Amino acid sequence: MNLKTMNKTTRSNMITYLMVIVAFVIVQVMMAGGNISSSLKGQLVPICAYIVMAISLNLTVGVLGELSLGHAGFMSAGAFSGVVAAQCFSQNINNPVLVLILAMIVGGIVAAIVGVLVGVPVLRLSGDYLAIVTLAFGEIIKGIVNNLFVGLDSNGLHFCMIKNTLEMDTDGKLLINGPMGLLGIPRIATFTMGFVLIMVCLIVIFNLVNSKSGRAIMALRDNKIAAQSVGINVTNYKLMAFVISAAMAGMAGVLFATNFSTVVASKFDINTSILVLVFVVLGGLGNMRGSIIAATVLTVLPEMLREFSEYRMLVYAIVLIVMMLATNNPTLKNALGSFGAKVTGIFKKKPAKGDNANG
Amino acid sequence: MQMAKMVPIPSTGLLTERDLGTAPILEATHLGIEFGGLKAVDDFNITVGRTEIAGLIGPNGAGKTTVFNLLTKVYQPTHGTILLDGKDTHGMNAIQVNKAGIARTFQNIRLFNSLTVEENVKLGLHNHTHYSTLEGILRMPKYWQEEKRAHERALELLSIFDMQDLADHKAGSLPYGAQRRLEIVRALATEPKLLLLDEPAAGMNPSETAELMENIRKIRDTFQIAILLIEHDMQLVMNICEGIAVLNYGKIIAKGTPEEIQANPQVIEAYLGKKKED
Repeated sequence: MNLKTMNKTTRSNMITYLMVIVAFVIVQVMMAGGNISSSLKGQLVPICAYIVMAISLNLTVGVLGELSLGHAGFMSAGAFSGVVAAQCFSQNINNPVLVLILAMIVGGIVAAIVGVLVGVPVLRLSGDYLAIVTLAFGEIIKGIVNNLFVGLDSNGLHFCMIKNTLEMDTDGKLLINGPMGLLGIPRIATFTMGFVLIMVCLIVIFNLVNSKSGRAIMALRDNKIAAQSVGINVTNYKLMAFVISAAMAGMAGVLFATNFSTVVASKFDINTSILVLVFVVLGGLGNMRGSIIAATVLTVLPEMLREFSEYRMLVYAIVLIVMMLATNNPTLKNALGSFGAKVTGIFKKKPAKGDNANG
Repeated sequence: MQMAKMVPIPSTGLLTERDLGTAPILEATHLGIEFGGLKAVDDFNITVGRTEIAGLIGPNGAGKTTVFNLLTKVYQPTHGTILLDGKDTHGMNAIQVNKAGIARTFQNIRLFNSLTVEENVKLGLHNHTHYSTLEGILRMPKYWQEEKRAHERALELLSIFDMQDLADHKAGSLPYGAQRRLEIVRALATEPKLLLLDEPAAGMNPSETAELMENIRKIRDTFQIAILLIEHDMQLVMNICEGIAVLNYGKIIAKGTPEEIQANPQVIEAYLGKKKED
């Protein structure tokens, strides 16, 4: 195709793909050589899940331009439905990879359906109002899952709400035990599958953004009235971005849950939504590569800072602020790039910037 | 009915020869909107010929942009009917009206600033680029075909204003005049039958305005569409408009050819009063 016009975005996307692949290879080599700490090893799959969460939320926040504070709700919907599906599938299918793929598809579809149900009313709003309502919906999903009981026996699946009144055969096993969450999850998530999921999500997002639908979504963000004036259906494209984002969060939820033997619904609360939002904001709105890096660093960081446990949150906050300054300030970027400034330099620069603003 | 006879097609000059025997592209009758008792536009009637360049002028706050917003259904009119190419646009929304054939530009420029010039035009081509979202994500042959076509068409449209070299620039970074031109190109990309230009020459210098005049004529001749424009630059209006309607306090006070409008005492009083001093 015409290289001249596509060069810039294509090149940038290729760098992102390459970055993920190289990181995957490096980690694989390190694992083979045994050079990786066990705590980090245990975090590899959650990191992948958080990366998928971050890039999917970036589709809503960065590309569509609507702030969503209920992203963990979709992760929850995907995780719980996906694990139940995995339990059902694993009775007949022995291949764990296939089970995980099928579970992810189920989790993605369920999260997408929830996305439609939430999106249709919510996307009539915009800005702060939308953010507040998504927050509420996230909590509602958490509340529902918290009171859900699901069991599996030879007759099939059994559901009930609030109190455990499942009437199962003696061979039946409880899959979701209300506030106790998922039980006996098959731990089928692997780092490789996490890598594959990241790549699939990246390809979908990049290809979407560089197609007519993606352009329409970005047009809504830039100017809604102008988008309507050229015949772009605002509601459809808003919903499309929102639902794709929800589906990816659902798949991330399946990956996340199948890494642990038990998962409770309260794990996917407002804190998780905000955490993912921090990845997105820190990485840059609409910047997928930034989201990936931010998600990785900020997931690893609390563990790395465990040695300084007393100062952990303090250091975390400082790192967060420094990163935000460094990624958003061009002068600072140059300064860091030229090796000229260390942490002290940042503090020197800050009042200087304020002076300019005042003068 | 009496009204329709009394208010002929705005222009009587070129229109009668060129658009003779064709149905008008736009016929708005008794159009009005009230904002809580305030009649922003009242009993507005206009007929625009199929390839006419018509002007809508009037002092600030006369309701000109509101008329555009009614025609494009940004606001739903509370009274009256709008016939586009003989079809009633009642109940249509902004999107459907665009698909039916009305495209517009905005007084305060509304571009997709973070996107490139080419992407802006491609968004104008949105409903003429035929591939599904799934075909786009999976990069099916249809995607490449249609994107290539859209790319070529976008550059072709940009070349009207000699803007093809700016295709990769961000729309928000363009100078003011170029942004106005890009808005026109984007509107044209939707393949309208009627193009509404809201102050296309605002903020342009005289030489840019002269060039714009030429281009508006060129657009009409090449695309064979009708153009209705709001403009304060009287030189531009009197030069290129074949029919002019004058709006004051939401009501039409005069219609006619540029010569008739210039000689109309009511118009001079309401709007061109300054001319007396010269």
